[in-house]
Amino acid sequence: MSGILVIAEIENGVISAASGELLAAASKLAGEGVSGGISLAVMGDDLSGVTAAQAPGADRLILMSDPALKDGGTGGYDAPVLSIAALNESTSPYVILFAKTDFGAVVGPRLAFKLGVPVAQDCMDVALDSGSGRVAVTRPVFGGNAMAVYGFTGDGTQIATIRPGVFDAVEGEGSGSVEEFDVSGAVAAARSVLVETVVQASEGVRLEDADVIISGGRGLGGPEPFEQLQELADILGGAVGASRAACDAGWVDHSYQIGLTGKSVKPTVYLSIGISGASQHMAGLSGARNIVAINKDGDANIFKSARFGVIGDWAKILPAFTATVRDLAG
Amino acid sequence: MALRIAVCVKQVPDPETPASAFKVDETVNRVVPAPGIPPVVNGFDLHAVEAALRIKDAGEAEVVILAVGNDFVMDVMKKPLSMGADVLVLAEDPALEDLDAVCTVNVLAAMIEKSGPFDLILAGRQASDWDQAHVPLGLAERLGLPSVTLARNVEPQDGKVRIERALTDGYQVVEAPTPAVITVSNELGEARYPTLRGIMGASRKQPERLTLDDLGLTADDLKPALELQRLFIPESESQVEIIEGEDEADAGRKLALRLRELNLI
Repeated sequence: MSGILVIAEIENGVISAASGELLAAASKLAGEGVSGGISLAVMGDDLSGVTAAQAPGADRLILMSDPALKDGGTGGYDAPVLSIAALNESTSPYVILFAKTDFGAVVGPRLAFKLGVPVAQDCMDVALDSGSGRVAVTRPVFGGNAMAVYGFTGDGTQIATIRPGVFDAVEGEGSGSVEEFDVSGAVAAARSVLVETVVQASEGVRLEDADVIISGGRGLGGPEPFEQLQELADILGGAVGASRAACDAGWVDHSYQIGLTGKSVKPTVYLSIGISGASQHMAGLSGARNIVAINKDGDANIFKSARFGVIGDWAKILPAFTATVRDLAG
Repeated sequence: MALRIAVCVKQVPDPETPASAFKVDETVNRVVPAPGIPPVVNGFDLHAVEAALRIKDAGEAEVVILAVGNDFVMDVMKKPLSMGADVLVLAEDPALEDLDAVCTVNVLAAMIEKSGPFDLILAGRQASDWDQAHVPLGLAERLGLPSVTLARNVEPQDGKVRIERALTDGYQVVEAPTPAVITVSNELGEARYPTLRGIMGASRKQPERLTLDDLGLTADDLKPALELQRLFIPESESQVEIIEGEDEADAGRKLALRLRELNLI
């Protein structure tokens, strides 16, 4: 068993930008002494747009192509799980890394249980324990109230899913070798069937890519204020987000939700309005550079992580803020 | 024929516990229960109970609640019964406290074999204590069943189940043959509140108990695959710069100027 296998995802026909973060985690482990090189595997029905250049830091690019692997496989992800299990058998990596996305959060654990090896979910750091030669991970627990360091026991393959937005992606162009891995035998046994996918993405900038996010929570009191948030986001070229409380209340769609069970974001500026900052919400902000908080409660948890804050009624603060921003942009 | 639905639930510390009351004993790597704050049934698990009860409302179904743990508070664990579930089955033992995912799967799989067969096995998308979100996936692999995560709607149809699976941007419609393991997310909608009649009924029901012997489990089945080496509360050094003004509007204006000054907007 040797080497690190990174399972990357395809976005618009090419290796997703977030995969660079996995390569950063893999490079860290390799730098600490995991030998055998870094392989990056991708799967899909049409991989003609994938090149080694899209995988900087990978020694080897492995293409797994099959109609059953279209869009990450069928709804139950049977085909990806079976394909990666076959690849694992053929290459026996020491470590397998996934991103904790809709895809990785399911396929990583399923693969682990299929192989009978442990998996660490939603990791914010990975490190090689020089004493044991095994990997240790750091992951948030209790909704982010605490952090836990786990070590892999035994001597089997070690599987981890990495929280998006935590590692800085490897930049540049890759120059690894390219090979194909035939999965046609493996994918035949898929059971669950994807009937359709309904996309409810908000228009404009994607939250995951946004450099500026204007986010609202319970303190806004209803759906209407989100129009003001959108207006500000439009001026700044940003996106609107929300806490789970605002989504569960039905004020905005769940696709706006940021946090432990929503999206992980990494804007330069995260302006939170009427959000108390429970650890479950902050869990989605690990990658946010500057948190700016407007809240009427000066003791709110959000101020512990914020760089700038205004204490008071958002309904009076926000219009003046927006007007000033508009003048400055003028 | 009536469907049999298992719902796996977990007793967890109340996630609404204020951060100031959340304490960790770093010498034993454990969370210290906050005094005076009782545990709760994991929130997402109540959404799973709700999904099962909606199926029961729409037709005929028996809803069986399964839980693994130690030091159960019976008033807490009976909540699914008071919402309308039929049976509560507990595996309670000091050896079952804070199990890791692999061990929890071992116990739940044995419980399902003992109490089954089931047409559907539901669980919350993740537990609010260790947030691992993979016990149900492991359970499905162990039982050789298909699994679908993050359901916002679960609709059994003849020999299969149709699930709307919440994505970060929209949803998928997935069909799986039954029996299947399904995790439920908060997008399903609020879990119902127990009625007075439900609470009275639940108070008369006694849980069925399964011991480690009943389940045929040995120490090997409870050996952790991941070793918890350290548990700690992250330091947060607050360095917030509070912007003040003559009034709230002025503070808003000054905030914008300050962010501009630093080229942040």
